Amino acid sequence: MLLAMNNFAYTQAASTKEATAAKQADKQAAFIGGGTTLLDIMKANIEQHTLLIDINRLSLLGIENGASGLRIGALERMSDVGEHPQVVQNYPVISQSLLASASPQLRNMASMGGNLLQKTRCGYYRDVAFPCNKRVPGSGCPAQTGDNRNLAIFGTSPSCIATHASDLAVALVALEAKLTLENPKGATRTVPLADFYKLPGSTPHIETHLQPGELITAITVPAAAHARKSHYLKVRDRASYAYALVSAAVGLDVQGGTIRSARVALGGVGTVPWRVPAVEKALVGKAPTEDNFRAAAALAVRDASPREHNKFKVELAQRTLVRALLEVVA
Amino acid sequence: MHSDDQTPDAANAASQGPSRRSFLKQTGGLLGVALAPPIASQAEALADKLAPASPILSGQINVSLNINGQAKNLRLEPRTTLLDTLREHLDLTGTKKGCDHGQCGACTVHIDGKRVNSCLTLAVMAQGKQITTIEGLAKGEELHPMQEAFLKHDGFQCGYCTPGQIMSGVACVKEGHATTDDQAREWMSGNICRCGAYPNILAAVREVANKG
Amino acid sequence: MDSEPQFFDQPGGYVGQPLVRVDGREKVTGKAKYSAEFPLPGLTYGVLATSPIAKGKIQRIDTSAAAREPGVIAVLTHQNLPKLAKTPNDPQGKKDIGAPMGFLPLTSDEIFYAAQPVAIVVADTLDHALHAATLVKVTYQAAQPIASFLDPKAELFDPQKVQDGKQDGHTRRGDAKGALASSAIQLTATYNHPVYNHNPMEPGSTTAHWEAPDRLTVYESTQGVTRTQSALTAMLGIPREQIRVVTKYLGGGFGCKGSCWPHTILTIQAAKAVNRPVQLMLTRKQQFTSMGHREDQTQTVQLGATADGKITSIVHTKTSTTSPWDNYAESNSKILDMLYATPNFEATYQLARANVMTSTFMRAPGEAPGSFAIECSMDDLAYRIGVDPIEIRLRNHADHDYSTNKPWSSKSLKQCYARGAELFGWSKRNPRPGVTRDGRYLVGMGMASASYPVHNSQGTARARLYADGHAVVQSGATDLGTGTYTVITQVAADALGLPPEKIRFELGDTNLPTAPNSGGSVAAGTVSSSVYMAAQDVWQKLIKVAVVDKKSPLFKAKPEDVTVEKGRLQLKKDPSKGERFADLMKRAEMTDVEGMGQGKYGSGYETGRSGSPAGPNNNTDTAGEHSMHSFGAHFCEVRVDMDLGTIRVSKWVSVMGAGRILNAQTARSQIIGGAIFGIGSALMEETIRDPHFSRYTNADLANYHVPVNADIPDMTVEFVEENDPFINAMGVKGIGEISMVGVAAAVANAVYHATGKRLRDLPLTPDKVMMAGLAS
Repeated sequence: MLLAMNNFAYTQAASTKEATAAKQADKQAAFIGGGTTLLDIMKANIEQHTLLIDINRLSLLGIENGASGLRIGALERMSDVGEHPQVVQNYPVISQSLLASASPQLRNMASMGGNLLQKTRCGYYRDVAFPCNKRVPGSGCPAQTGDNRNLAIFGTSPSCIATHASDLAVALVALEAKLTLENPKGATRTVPLADFYKLPGSTPHIETHLQPGELITAITVPAAAHARKSHYLKVRDRASYAYALVSAAVGLDVQGGTIRSARVALGGVGTVPWRVPAVEKALVGKAPTEDNFRAAAALAVRDASPREHNKFKVELAQRTLVRALLEVVA
Repeated sequence: MHSDDQTPDAANAASQGPSRRSFLKQTGGLLGVALAPPIASQAEALADKLAPASPILSGQINVSLNINGQAKNLRLEPRTTLLDTLREHLDLTGTKKGCDHGQCGACTVHIDGKRVNSCLTLAVMAQGKQITTIEGLAKGEELHPMQEAFLKHDGFQCGYCTPGQIMSGVACVKEGHATTDDQAREWMSGNICRCGAYPNILAAVREVANKG
Repeated sequence: MDSEPQFFDQPGGYVGQPLVRVDGREKVTGKAKYSAEFPLPGLTYGVLATSPIAKGKIQRIDTSAAAREPGVIAVLTHQNLPKLAKTPNDPQGKKDIGAPMGFLPLTSDEIFYAAQPVAIVVADTLDHALHAATLVKVTYQAAQPIASFLDPKAELFDPQKVQDGKQDGHTRRGDAKGALASSAIQLTATYNHPVYNHNPMEPGSTTAHWEAPDRLTVYESTQGVTRTQSALTAMLGIPREQIRVVTKYLGGGFGCKGSCWPHTILTIQAAKAVNRPVQLMLTRKQQFTSMGHREDQTQTVQLGATADGKITSIVHTKTSTTSPWDNYAESNSKILDMLYATPNFEATYQLARANVMTSTFMRAPGEAPGSFAIECSMDDLAYRIGVDPIEIRLRNHADHDYSTNKPWSSKSLKQCYARGAELFGWSKRNPRPGVTRDGRYLVGMGMASASYPVHNSQGTARARLYADGHAVVQSGATDLGTGTYTVITQVAADALGLPPEKIRFELGDTNLPTAPNSGGSVAAGTVSSSVYMAAQDVWQKLIKVAVVDKKSPLFKAKPEDVTVEKGRLQLKKDPSKGERFADLMKRAEMTDVEGMGQGKYGSGYETGRSGSPAGPNNNTDTAGEHSMHSFGAHFCEVRVDMDLGTIRVSKWVSVMGAGRILNAQTARSQIIGGAIFGIGSALMEETIRDPHFSRYTNADLANYHVPVNADIPDMTVEFVEENDPFINAMGVKGIGEISMVGVAAAVANAVYHATGKRLRDLPLTPDKVMMAGLAS
């Protein structure tokens, strides 16, 4: 059934419970925060919803930095978080990933929670004329042998090679952020962001482990020395307002010329934000030199499975990683 | 699935404006679960029971917008974007449609002083906010300094992206993002100009920023 | 009768001044009305439903679901669309219509290309129409499409003629292959170009209003109201004068709005069917498949030269994709034929039919890709023999047009090189490539020549001068944003001796005197000349009144002895004898006087004057005697991050010799705009067609990257003063296209200088740059 910008109903939820219950009651309902992803894909006829539940009146706000870490309400806007002095100072990789995303207008609109649920830019997903397993399970994945320059080299499957599009998610996965989710019963649970995303496997249409009706209410990021000394580097086809070809989120704690802890994740290359623990392990205990960075970066791409047009990402990912690490110790 | 708008009851409700029918009725009673969640405190449950359930709006609904200081009362469907509302329902065609997907910035307006893309904003969600469009920038015959600067520096050719560029430029300066050339270039990059007036747009934005 | 103001040599006029755009206020306040912005009573909305497949047949089309949607007024398909008097589906029909494409959708059940319209839905609101369009259910019998000339199934053929039959597909001067084989230096290089889309910010838009069963007004985003009117006249079979086409403001065009495309006639037919005005704006995705594109192509240049770098021969081949019906290819070879002193030349074309719509002219059609090839190859030659890139161009400077063996009407290319080099700081350039660094960045400087012909073009204008000292000037041209409203106002101000604020210039309407399409860089020259000539007609009429008016100081003067200076009619030999036009007109009880003028190609500002001994009346065909071109040079500095493959243009200088410049500010903007258009084509733009589905995978502005503000540095533009007496009455060559010619080459040459890597596959995206570095 095609329902592009169908004549959906609209409600403004007064409470989280009201919102989640309404979502659970109507499987074709969707939450709307900033709307920048949802309306985009509804206009493109990719998703149809019968009811939009406006969550903007919910009190899911606040950017609080404490000794244990950072807590960000899910409805905070990308622009407010990206320029928040505490975030800029203590979590530069988060700030930088946000400010390298989208455009100033979209950042004013898009919520933090919505950002983490944004849809892939895969051209086959974005055009309903093509088969796409993510959009129509079982219909096929022409990207495997088609235009795959922008698509993933990590976490792919024969069903899907769509790249995860969020810059923020790459930074947050690197810093081991957690999501607070609230279900229709009012119960909350906390999930590491890295575990929140699902590899495509044979079910690429299921992208997260969100349960029916669940709503992201907050993001928490543990305080750490490697968070304060962190950096986000994004390589793209134009200087701004473009998705990543490859990006790297890195954080290092260097003491006395030795790396004590490292956090590394890659964007633009994975079907999910791609943390690379092997690189982190290899860096710990080493001096922060370009040679050591290079050797570690090589470990990042051991599992790469590029297609015809995205082989360059194997090399570019390493280089982006090395450059990001150099920037962070510069 | 949501077919109420075909029932006489819905038609009647629609003609009276936003539906005040209870959420409970709309969703077949499932919200009852939310009204008495097992783990909610007694006080919360009580508060929920006292609070009116949020109405579900569908079909043609009443939408009140404050645009350029004027109240506009409209009958719209929830799916109608602010951009289409301006252009097709209010003849405020200064706000342009370039892509309709947040990829060009031609539709930039201010909502409560912040620049946003009106193509990805539902009109129904912009209620209760101050909306400013290009038509509301000048004070009568007196142009806004950004409009004057765009004229002076020839910050456009075809003019189609121009309202969006100007609205973005005004916000860019106000945000403090036009303090250097490179900063202003980056923060004006959400507005595409296919005629390629970028150096002139930059000059206009920087001039206004420097005048403080 | 040498009676016109001598303003070409006269300083102090408005022409040339950086006058603020006369339409600027409307544009910065949002009042300017584009073609989907006319809220006519009873307006309805049209939306196209399009085919997901690129080749096949419609088996069944079910419009019932769409028709049932609230607000839907009509769903039109090939089965129920009103029939046309003529379609472009046969060669004669195509020719009569002047159609850009030899097929009109919704005339048959065949599908030839992806996103081909299959239905047009009309509804009371845009939301209703958009939604209903998705409910048109079509069952297709799909066939395997051919995606491009690279498709293994594609069959190459020699089209004989290209550019829709307008250019020869074979050019041969001398013995190019023989000369090449015996040349001391022989260079061969292949250049690859993706599909490019114009992507004007205003998508194609039509508002069609049948005011009576045989009377139509169309608000249309077109670069030519008359060409659109002609096409509609042929297709609808109703007289031209009953079709009015209006384009008050045009949101960019770049060539794609230069023809009447299918969505326009479909909207008009829909309006006929529902008997209400219909507004249709293409979606951005539809824009990619509705108004043409620049075709994907590969070209090979074989360049022969002497040991000291003098070209002996050029052999050029181009292979590109065309549609199932037309032989469209940009004629790249034109510029290779004429840019340098090339004694032997040969060019051929090959095409392959694929399941794509017909490509069309896009800013500098032929010259843009052609200049990329020749200007990169010239750079290769410079490095090969170890001379400066400017020096190699000077050594091959063409002092006449080798392609036609005619003298240039004017040429300032050497001055452009010299001034450009000076402004750019070319002398600081280290001749060795790959050695200049700024921190992590490799820095490179490159340059390229530019040229664009002055195309044959005629137009008309009307000038109505009122006794109270204001004027209305009219010509049915369009202003793409290039500044036509403004520059023509300036021309009229000088020609009529009035300040610009006393002139109202009207354009963009078929009710006005006919002007050519605004394309091929002809608008400024033709329209300004038409207006200038119309003003001369006004003065001639007034002089004739003055010399028979007993109360006039000019009574009994010979008309040819009278001249006009800033609105004052006076004797040439005794300027004290004369009077203001207003005094004359009041006495004669004339409220106004109207003149008509024709701007002619090849009738220069000397010869263009009526009565001049060398004038058009004594059969001096100056158009045929000279080769008329603009020339210029672009200089580019890039910073290349070789590790990450990113290129940033960090400095830009363009110097142009393009005849008379009508407005220093709008002309600068046009050159900057063309350079940015070219930088986009060099570094990031590319429409990607899936090889199996022959359907674009990035038809939106998020993934078809055009430059943003952050991509563009400060830019410097200068014009070399040039008085060309042969082109047209105003000596204007036009600058819309030359601004882009050579730009991609200047960028690629700078990248080579920075990195020592010659990249010939556009666009130069990070992957290609980085991998080129890896290859070393």
